[in-house]
Amino acid sequence: MNKVYTVQNTLQENRKFLNRVLVVFLAVVLTIAGLVARLVYLQISGHEHYSTMAKTNRIKSLPLPPTRGIIYDAKGRVLAQNTPVYSLELIPEQIKDMDHTLRRLQNLLNISNEKIQQFLRQQKASKRFSSIPLLWQLTDEEAAKFAAVRPYYSGVDIQARLIRNYPYGDLTAHVVGYIGRINAKELATLSAVQYSGSHHIGKTGIEKFYETQLHGKTGYAEMQTNAQGRAVQIITSNQPTMGNDIYLTLDIDLQKTASVALAGHSGAIVAIKPKTGEVLALVSQPSFDPNPFVAGMSSKAYRALHTSQKQPLFNRALHGQYPPGSTVKPFLGLASLQYGVATFTDTINCQGSYKLPNSTHKYRDWKKNGHGKVSMKEAIIQSCDVYFYDLARNLGIDRIYQALHQFGFGEKTNIDLLGEKKGLLPSRAWKRQHKNQAWFPGETLISGIGQGFTQVTVLQLAKATATLANNGVPMTPHLLHKITNANSSMLNNNQQETPIQLQNKNLQNIVDSMVGVIHSQHGTARRLRNKSYKIAGKTGTAQVFGIKQEEEYDEDKTTQKLKDHAIFIAFAPASDPQIAVAVIVENGGHGGSTAAPMAGKIIKQFLHNTQKGV
Amino acid sequence: MSQQLFTQTTFAKIIFQKLHLDAPLFVAIFLLCMLSFLTLYSASGQDFSVLIRQAIRVGVAFVVMVTLAQCKPQQFYRYSVILYILGILLLVAVLLAGLVGKGAQRWLDLGLFRFQPSEMIKITTPLMIAWFLSDYTLPPKPMQIFWAVVLIALPTLLIAKQPDLGTALLIVISGGAMLFFANLSLRFMLVTSSVLLSLTPVLWHFMHDYQKARVLTFLHPEQDPIGRGYHIIQSKIAIGSGGIYGKGWLGGTQANLNFLPESATDFIFAVFAEEFGLLGCLVLLSLYLFVISRCLYIAVRADDTYSRLLAGSLAVTFFAYVSVNIGMVIGVLPVVGVPLPMMSYGGTSVVTLLASFGILMSIHTHRKFIPT
Repeated sequence: MNKVYTVQNTLQENRKFLNRVLVVFLAVVLTIAGLVARLVYLQISGHEHYSTMAKTNRIKSLPLPPTRGIIYDAKGRVLAQNTPVYSLELIPEQIKDMDHTLRRLQNLLNISNEKIQQFLRQQKASKRFSSIPLLWQLTDEEAAKFAAVRPYYSGVDIQARLIRNYPYGDLTAHVVGYIGRINAKELATLSAVQYSGSHHIGKTGIEKFYETQLHGKTGYAEMQTNAQGRAVQIITSNQPTMGNDIYLTLDIDLQKTASVALAGHSGAIVAIKPKTGEVLALVSQPSFDPNPFVAGMSSKAYRALHTSQKQPLFNRALHGQYPPGSTVKPFLGLASLQYGVATFTDTINCQGSYKLPNSTHKYRDWKKNGHGKVSMKEAIIQSCDVYFYDLARNLGIDRIYQALHQFGFGEKTNIDLLGEKKGLLPSRAWKRQHKNQAWFPGETLISGIGQGFTQVTVLQLAKATATLANNGVPMTPHLLHKITNANSSMLNNNQQETPIQLQNKNLQNIVDSMVGVIHSQHGTARRLRNKSYKIAGKTGTAQVFGIKQEEEYDEDKTTQKLKDHAIFIAFAPASDPQIAVAVIVENGGHGGSTAAPMAGKIIKQFLHNTQKGV
Repeated sequence: MSQQLFTQTTFAKIIFQKLHLDAPLFVAIFLLCMLSFLTLYSASGQDFSVLIRQAIRVGVAFVVMVTLAQCKPQQFYRYSVILYILGILLLVAVLLAGLVGKGAQRWLDLGLFRFQPSEMIKITTPLMIAWFLSDYTLPPKPMQIFWAVVLIALPTLLIAKQPDLGTALLIVISGGAMLFFANLSLRFMLVTSSVLLSLTPVLWHFMHDYQKARVLTFLHPEQDPIGRGYHIIQSKIAIGSGGIYGKGWLGGTQANLNFLPESATDFIFAVFAEEFGLLGCLVLLSLYLFVISRCLYIAVRADDTYSRLLAGSLAVTFFAYVSVNIGMVIGVLPVVGVPLPMMSYGGTSVVTLLASFGILMSIHTHRKFIPT
C-alpha cells in the first residue's frame, strides 16, 4: 500500500513520464491541426459549394397556378366558375402506422374499401413526401368531422382546391365546353413555364377556344422547405395573374327555351342577331353534363357516353351535316331573279312530278297531285318542288353553286369555336374529283330542292338566314361579347364580311314570300301565325333515304330512324329583323310540324323580352 | 481599485481552494457548457424545455464533479476494483435485458431514469488499469501486460456486443494510452499495433452489415445520398455553408429544417460550425485543447503512479472522444455514433465526463506539496 505514495526512482520516472506526456501532447496538437485543416477545406474552399447545396436542399421554387377566368352569358349569369372543393390527403412519410391510420379514418368517415385500395395504388405511383388524396370532394360534414380530430392524425390533412364547375350543366355543354386534365400530347405542345402547376386545360368549346385568355399567367414562389419537403416560409413570390373573365353573347334564357323545345329529339338550334352576328343560342341535343369531365370520370362512364346510340357528345350544331332540303328554295329563287333566269310573277303548272326532256325518270313533288299553277311566291309559300326542279334546270349547277356559296354554304362560318364542318356544295369539279364522274342533269334538279349531295350545318343555315335578314350583308357569327379583368374591359367587334350584291326589289320579293310561309293561308308553317309581328321563314324536309319510283313515302309506316329530318329557318320581325333562327330535328318528319314550332317559341320569347326591355 | 480586485481574486482563490477545485479547468468546463447551451437551443429548434432538461443534467453533473473533487485519490484507489466489477456486471445486465434505443441495447431502464452502463465503463476501466499497473514498477512486465489487456478486453467485448463499436474502440484507446504512459516500450507498442491492424480483415468479418455499410459509406457517401450517406453529406453541407463567420446563432438552416438528423446529439458540432463558422470552431477547439493540456499538466504534476496513469488516461480518453466525434462529423471518419463531450445532448455522458474531471481535480488539489 505504501507503494502508492511514492514513486520509484523519482527523477527518471518523472522524465520518462514527461516524455510520454509530451509525445501525447504533440499528437493532440497534430490531430487538432488536422481537424482545423479539414475545417478550412470545408468552410473556406468548399464554402460556396456547400452553401449552394444548402440552398438547393431547402429552397424550392413552387409554381402558383392562376385562377381561371369566369364565363358569363350576355346578361352576366355564370356559365363556368371555380368552386372550392375539399379533399382529404395523406403524406405517408409522416405517418407512423399507415394501416392503423387508414382504419381509423375508415371508421371516422365511412370510407369504402375500394377507395382505400385506390389510395394504396396511387401511393405506389407517387413521389416521396408528396401529398396523396384519399377522398375527393368532402362534404361539409365530413370536413368538419375530420377537422375536429385533426390533431390526432399526423400526416393527414384537408386540402382546399378550386374546381371548375358548370352550373347549367348540359344546357351549355356544347357551347362552353369543358376543361379536363392535360394529357401527354397536349403537354408536349404547351409552354412548360405557363402550365407548370396547372393540371387542366380547355378541351372543347369556349373553354378551349379562349384558353389563353381564360388561363391567366402562372406565378411562382420560392419557399423554404424542411427535409420533409414541407413549406416553412415564403421567401419571394411573384403572384399569378388571374385569367380574364369572358362574357358571351349567349342568352341563357333563350338557350333554355331552345333546349327544352328540342328535348327528347336529336338535333340542333342556332339563333343569331342578323345585324351583329352575335349568337344568342346554340343548342345540340341530346346533350351531356360536362362537370364529370373536370375531375375525370371512370372509363365506364366515359364509354357509356361515347358509345351511346344517341351520341350526346356529338355537337350537332357544328359537326352535323345534313341535306338542307327545301330551305334552299328562297336562296335559289333570289339567285334566279338576280341572274334574270326567272321573274317573280311567271308561273308554272305543278302536276306533282317533273320530267327532263328525253327521260322517263319522274322527279316527284312532295304533294302527290301537285300544287297547280304557282308563281315563285306561291312556290316558296307552299314549297312546290316541281317549280324548283324547273328553276334549277334553268339555273344550272354552276350558278346554283355560286348562289349558295355566296351565302356561306360550303364554307366555315368562322364562329369562335373549334371543329365546325364545312358541309358540301356539289359542283362539276367536285364530282369529277371525288366520284370520277361527270355531272348528271338529274342531279341539278334534286340540288334545286336541297337534296342529293348538298350538305349543310345548322350554323351555316343560321348564318345564311341572318345574311338574308341583314339585306345580304353577312356578319361573322361569334359568341364572344367582351373580355374583362380587374383593370380593363375589351369589347369584341362585330365582323362584317363582303356584302352580297343584291337588288333591293328582288330581296324584298323573296322576304315577302318567306313571310307568306307563316302568315299566308297555304303556308307550310302557318301554325306560327300571330298578330304581333311578322315572321319570315322556310320549312324544309330532308330525305334520309330514297324511295323507289313507284312507292310512296308513308310517314306513319316509316321507322323513326329512317324518317325525314325536319328543318326550319326564320327571322323576325320581317320588317326590321332582330333575330334569325335555324332548327334541325333529326328524323322529325315535316319541317312545318316539328321544327317550326320550336323556332316560334324562341322568336316569341326573344321579341317579348326585347319589347319589355329585358 | 486594485485593492478591491486583489481581495476579490484572493476571495475566489480561497473558494476554489476550499472546494478542491482546479480553477482553470473549472472555468474552461463552464465555458464549454455555455457554448453547449447556445448550440442545443438552436439545434432543438428553439425548444426551451430541451435546454432546461440539459441544464438540470449539467447541474447534477457539476454536483458530482465537486463531490468527487472533495475525495482523496486514495479513496478512488480503494474502490477501483469494486467499481470495475460493478461495471462489468451492469454491462452483462444490459446485454441480457436492455432497452432498445435506436437499434442498439445500451440502456438500462431504472424506472426514474435511463442509465447507460457503457458510460460508466469509461471511468471504471481506467481506474482498474491504473490500480493494477501502479502496483508494479513501470514499465510492466509481459505477464502484467497480458492481464492489463484482459482487463481492457473484457468490457470492450461486452460493449462491442451491444453493439456499440464507437465506445468499445474508445475503451481500447484509453487502455492503450494507459499502457503508453506506463512506459511500455515504443517498439512493443508499434509491433502490437501493426498486428492489430493486420487483423482488421478478421474484424471486418465479424462486423454487422450496417457497420460495414457505415465504413463503405464513409468512403463514398455520395453513392447513397438518401440512405446511408445522408448523415455525412448533410453534415458537410451544414459545416461548409457556415463559412468563416457562420450564419449566426439560430441562423443555421440545415438543422432547424430537419435536414441534419441527430443534430442535438452526435452531430451537434455541425450545428455549431454552421452557426459560428470557422472562427467559432477555432474557439471551440482552443477550449478543448486547453482542457486537454490542463489535464496532461495535472498528470505530469501528480504525486504517484496511480494518479499519473489515471489522469493521463482520462485526458487521452477525453481527447479521443472529441477528435473521433468531430472527425466523424467533418467526414474523415466513419459514422460511429459517439457524442461530442460537453456539447451533445444527453445526461449520462455529461455526468461521467464531469465525474472524470472531478477525479482529475481531486488528484490535483490533494497533492502533498501545493504551491501557494
